[in-house]
Amino acid sequence: MTGTPQPATAPKAISPMRAAMLDFAASRLALGGLVLVVLIALAAIFAPWITPQNPYDLAQLDIMDNNLPPGSESWGGMTYWLGTDNQGRDMLSAIVYGLRMSLIVAGTATLCALGIGMAAGIVAAYFGGRADTLIMRVVDLQLSFPAILVALILLAILGKGVDKVIIALVIVQWAYYARTVRGSALVERQRDYIAAAQGLGLSHARVMFRHLLPNCLPPLIVVATVQIAQAIALEATLSFLGVGVPVTEPSLGLLIANGYSYLLSGNYWISVYPGVALLITIVAINLVGDQLRDVLNPRLRR
Amino acid sequence: MVAYFLRRLGQSAVAVFVMAVLVFVGVYAIGNPVDILINPEATERERLAAMARMGLDRPLWEQFLVYFGNLLRGDFGTSFVYGDSALAVILQRLPATLELAFVALLLAVLLGVPLGVIAGLYPDGLLGRSIMAGSILGFSLPNFWQGLMLILIFAVFLGWVPAGGRGPTTELFGLRVSFLSWEGLRHMILPAINLALFKMALVIRLARAGTREVITQDYIKFARAKGLSRRRVVLVHVLKNIMIPVVTILGLELGSMIAFAVVTETVFAWPGMGKLLIDSINRLDRPVIVAYLMLIVFIFVLINLVVDILYSVLDPRVRLAQRGAQ
Repeated sequence: MTGTPQPATAPKAISPMRAAMLDFAASRLALGGLVLVVLIALAAIFAPWITPQNPYDLAQLDIMDNNLPPGSESWGGMTYWLGTDNQGRDMLSAIVYGLRMSLIVAGTATLCALGIGMAAGIVAAYFGGRADTLIMRVVDLQLSFPAILVALILLAILGKGVDKVIIALVIVQWAYYARTVRGSALVERQRDYIAAAQGLGLSHARVMFRHLLPNCLPPLIVVATVQIAQAIALEATLSFLGVGVPVTEPSLGLLIANGYSYLLSGNYWISVYPGVALLITIVAINLVGDQLRDVLNPRLRR
Repeated sequence: MVAYFLRRLGQSAVAVFVMAVLVFVGVYAIGNPVDILINPEATERERLAAMARMGLDRPLWEQFLVYFGNLLRGDFGTSFVYGDSALAVILQRLPATLELAFVALLLAVLLGVPLGVIAGLYPDGLLGRSIMAGSILGFSLPNFWQGLMLILIFAVFLGWVPAGGRGPTTELFGLRVSFLSWEGLRHMILPAINLALFKMALVIRLARAGTREVITQDYIKFARAKGLSRRRVVLVHVLKNIMIPVVTILGLELGSMIAFAVVTETVFAWPGMGKLLIDSINRLDRPVIVAYLMLIVFIFVLINLVVDILYSVLDPRVRLAQRGAQ
């Protein structure tokens, strides 16, 4: 300590939300990841308007253009920046559409799993006792098996289809959320404001979802971000193995699988570029998730 | 100790039983077992005979008893594709998978521990940072994609190793293994690396965290103050102390290695039981799927049981906690 006291600067009143955003932006890498995530999401949403062709409209495909390497020109004078597949499909368009499929499946599954897991975890922590034991036993049993295995077996029983993949992903993932929410809810449950809310005679549902849940959200947001990346990877793996989405609505994983047979003959671009798209998506989401974890974790707060 | 052992064994039995019931519900109550378990190409007489053998003509609770009895005897029905007992078909491919999993586990430790220790000794150096970046990639990238890239680089572009298959095998104690011949090793190296990458990333993180924690301890300072060479401090004092968590985690991860082999075996056309599962799913060979499911549950429960018991034998704290609880 030096002799002269520092002039006390009045702390500027910034909301926790804004503080978290500023903390987040402190890492350029994470900011770059966030920009990428937004761009990828926009590309997926506006796929029909930004792609050079609709890859699944057979009228727009020219079989003469099949297996062209990246940068080739088509008969119609269009440039295939990422080459074409064996049916003359522009890989760039196919990738954007595949990305769209991957994100739809992973996003829907994550939202559903989040909802179910959140409710189960809150109920377990709030009521405790039997309900807690029962729910957590199921969670433990499920988490003791690798996600890929559970999903494979489910799809073996359910069959193929976009909806079935989503169901499998939800069943695989809800347990992570349940465990996360329960962990933070057990701590929050002891706080006075819960006792106060109960003392006011509010219903259990209201206390759980309006008072307890909002205070358990930060760790949940982190887990959800990481789990979206996991869901995308898992969906890609399942589709690659041929038990995921149907051939008519390919995701990135299925595009990679389709190009796999051409890989060995040297037509690497059919498989590699969808893979690169998958890679960028997953890494970008993970960068955001990592930074969110640092920002939202009170223990790491400076 | 004996009480703990028995209780743990009871829990394992319950876990297997619960899974068996879930499979029963999935196959018999939700699905139609006649369609699922009897070959759709069977003649009417074969169908009736199979139905009688599996008790499908009796009430549901009796069916459960028959199903459970068959399960205990290891009878999962007959594979539609191979015409052989479903369990036998799987067990035939078990050695290939186990060999791959063990080699991958070995690779994960032999490469992961040194890399993790280096990253832990120089956390801010370029080398340490690159190792960590690599381990993050190993974690987040899908396994099958890593496998494809390995094939593309080492099999297609460089042509050093074959792109898939198991190659020739050598007989060892009645089992056919790959690691004894040069050609077999060449076939095995890529799939083994692929299967090892994820676990290697895990080992690197564990070893790095362990090293960073251990080097601040007093006994390390003491060893250095004694004038021991840096080499000896790292190789003996640090290494010994970080191996405990690494070995524990790897024991637990062996099961998930067998599960992940499904992906690796499919990418590299490795004839193990994971590839058999995918083939069976695509060919709707359901008895094999059910048999695989029950076998993998059994393996998982067994591994968990062994790890827990070893834990209580090795770690006095676990033992004392139990004594306190009694």
